Amino acid sequence: MPMKIGERSFDNRVKQGIDNTFMRDAVSSAQARFQSNKAKAEEQLGHWEEWRELSEEIRAHTLENLDFYLEQLSENVTKNGGHVFFASTGEEANDYVKKIAQEKKAKKVIKAKSMVTEEISMNEAFESVGCEVIESDLGEYILQLDDHDPPSHIVTPALHKNKEQIRETFANLKGYEKTSKPEELAQFAREQLREEFLTADIGVTGCNFAVAESGSVALVTNEGNARLSTTIPKTHIAVMGMERIVPTWEELEVLVTMLCRSAVGQKLTSYVTGLSGPREEGDLDGPEEFHLVIVDNGRSNILGTAFQSALHCIRCAACINVCPVYRHVGGHSYGSIYPGPIGAVLTPLLEGYDDHKDLPYASSLCAACTDACPVKIPLHELLIEHRKVITEQEKMTTLSERFAMKGFGMLASSPALFHMAEQAAPAMMSPFTKNGKIESGPGPLKDWTNVRDFPVPEKESFRKWFQNRGKEES
Amino acid sequence: MKVSLFITCLGDVFYPGVGKDVVEILERQGCEVEFPDAQTCCGQPAYNSGYHKEAKKAAKHMIKTFDSAEYVVAPSGSCAAMFREYEHLLEDDPAWKERARELREKTYEFTQFLVRVLKVESTGAVLHANATYHSSCHMSRLLRETEAPFRLLSNVEGLTLHELPNKNDCCGFGGTFAVKMGAISEQMVEEKVEHVEETGAEILIGADSGCLMNIGGRLQRGGKPVKIMHIAQVLNSRE
Repeated sequence: MPMKIGERSFDNRVKQGIDNTFMRDAVSSAQARFQSNKAKAEEQLGHWEEWRELSEEIRAHTLENLDFYLEQLSENVTKNGGHVFFASTGEEANDYVKKIAQEKKAKKVIKAKSMVTEEISMNEAFESVGCEVIESDLGEYILQLDDHDPPSHIVTPALHKNKEQIRETFANLKGYEKTSKPEELAQFAREQLREEFLTADIGVTGCNFAVAESGSVALVTNEGNARLSTTIPKTHIAVMGMERIVPTWEELEVLVTMLCRSAVGQKLTSYVTGLSGPREEGDLDGPEEFHLVIVDNGRSNILGTAFQSALHCIRCAACINVCPVYRHVGGHSYGSIYPGPIGAVLTPLLEGYDDHKDLPYASSLCAACTDACPVKIPLHELLIEHRKVITEQEKMTTLSERFAMKGFGMLASSPALFHMAEQAAPAMMSPFTKNGKIESGPGPLKDWTNVRDFPVPEKESFRKWFQNRGKEES
Repeated sequence: MKVSLFITCLGDVFYPGVGKDVVEILERQGCEVEFPDAQTCCGQPAYNSGYHKEAKKAAKHMIKTFDSAEYVVAPSGSCAAMFREYEHLLEDDPAWKERARELREKTYEFTQFLVRVLKVESTGAVLHANATYHSSCHMSRLLRETEAPFRLLSNVEGLTLHELPNKNDCCGFGGTFAVKMGAISEQMVEEKVEHVEETGAEILIGADSGCLMNIGGRLQRGGKPVKIMHIAQVLNSRE
C-alpha cells in the first residue's frame, strides 16, 4: 500500500468521513479511552514535563548526529553477523527484499506491524515475486482480509472498524462462526495466524528503535506477534525509517517508556523485544539470517530544514488521539497512511505538496497535538510553516486569497486605512443584516454563515467611544 | 500604573461593550488606561495562513505602536499570544527581535493581568446566573493561562459555574479555519454546542471573542437560548 490512499479529492474524503457516523463513534470513543489512559500513565510516572524535555533532548541530539549513529549502528549489526542495507528510496528497499525472497525461494512472508513498509508498498513488492504476505498484527490482519482496507491510525490501524464489522469480515472470508466478542475474535485470529507463523519463510518487522551501541533492534508489541515473526522464520528482515535510532540502551529505556505510555497508556507493552543479529551458536531459536533495511525515502531532505523536528516522531499517535479534526473526519480523510497532525506535517514532506496541499490546513491550530507530543514536536507550528511554504515558495494559494492578504498587510500597517475600513464596516454589512444578525454573508463570509450567524458591527466602534469619552471628560 | 489597551479587531468593531468593561474594571483598580490610536490588527490571520511577509508588516507596526507602553493588556488570549509570537516571526532581524521581546514581556491577557500583575482575586462583580466557561486554546496552550479566569469567576457573587465537558477541546474557530475548512469547523462547533447544552448553563463565558463569536453564532443559528458573555462583561456585572 503506498503512502497516498485513494484518488478522491480532499473535500470528498472529508465529506465521506463526516457522513460515516459508525466510524466517528468508533473514533470518538477510542480517543476518549486513549486520552484518559495516557493521562493516568503520565500521572503515575510523575514529572511528565521533565520526561518530555529529556525525550526531546535525546531525539534532537540523535538527529543532529544521525550520520554518526547510523554508521555505528551499521558497524555493530555487521559485527553481530547481520546485513545492513541503506535504501535511499522505497524502490531500492523493495528491490533488496525481493532479491532476498528470490534467493531463499520464499513462498510465504509473515509480517509484524510496520508503517514504513506500508509507506513504500513492500507487501506488493513481495507479492510481485510470488510471495504470499500475511499481516500478523491483529489490526493489520483484519484490514488485509477486508480487501486491503488502508490503516486509519498509526498504532491501531483498524480503529475505524467496530467488532461487528470485524466479525463479518472473519465470517465472510474465513468461515468464522462465533460471536463478535473481542476474546472470541482474537482467539480465532490467533488460531489462523499460528499456522502462518510456523510455515513462513521470511519474517518482516518494523523497528521501533534501533540501538546504535549494540546494533540491536527494539520492538514494542502487545500481541507477541513480533516475537513469533522474528524467531520462527529462517530469515528476519527488519525495516526502519533512518531516523528511528537511539544511541544507547539508556536512551532506549526513556523513549520506550514514553512510547508505551503515550500510545496506549501502558507502563510497558506486553512485549518489548531487543534483537541483536541472527541466531548464534548454541541459541535455541532465532533466525539464521538477519537483514536491517534502513530507509531514507525523503527523510534526509528534511534534515537541516525548519521541519527537522518532525523526524523526532516516535510514532506513538498521541497527537492523533487528541486531535478534534481527526475525531470528526477519521484517518482515511487525510489520504495518507500517516493521518492526524503528524500525518499532516509528514506526508507533504515525504510525498510533496501536489497531492497533499490541503493537509496543513486541516487544523484549527488549537495546539492540542503539540501539548500531547511526548518528544515535544511543535506540530501546530510546523503546520504554519507548511502554509508558509505553500504560500511563499510553492505559490499554490488562490489569487483571491493572495490579493486579500496583500490588502490585509496594507491595512494592518496603515492606521488611517484601517480606521477607514472599520468605519465602513457597519454600512457595508447593513444590506446583509436582518433582525440584528447576519444569516447569509457575502464572499468568503458565506462559508461562515452557512453554518452559523455572524454578528453585526456596532455603529460606534470602541475606538470612537474612547475618543469621545476623552472629550467629554475634558 | 499605566496600561495600554490593545482592543483587538473583533473587540473594536463587534464587541465595543467588552472594551468599555475592561476600561472600567482597570480604572477601578487604579490603572490609568490609554488607547494608542494607531493600533490595527495583531496580524494573526496572515501569520496563520502562511503570509508571513504581511504578518511582519502588522507585527512591526504594532511593536512601534506599543513601544512606549508600560503594560499592554488585551481582552483576548489569542491576540495576546500573537504578540508573543513576534519574536519567532522576526527571528532573522535581531533589532526587531529585541523589540518584539520587549513587547512580549509586557503583554498580558486581561484576566491574566488582573491576577498576575495587579494581584486581584475579585472584581466585586455580582451576577446571578448558571454559567459555563470555554477555555480557549490559545489562552491555555500558547499563553499557558489556565487559572486566572477561574479565580476571578469563583469570586463573582451569585454565579454558579458548571464545568464544560471536554473543556480542552477546540470550538472549531481557528480564524480562517472556520471558513476554509467549513465542514470540519461545523462539526467541531456543533460538538461544543452540545457540551454547552449538557451543562444546563444559561450563559457561556469566554475570554476570546473569536471563540464566542463562533459558538455564539452556532447557538443563535440553532435557536438555543444560551447567551454568550465575554469574561470582562461578567466581571463588570453589578446586577
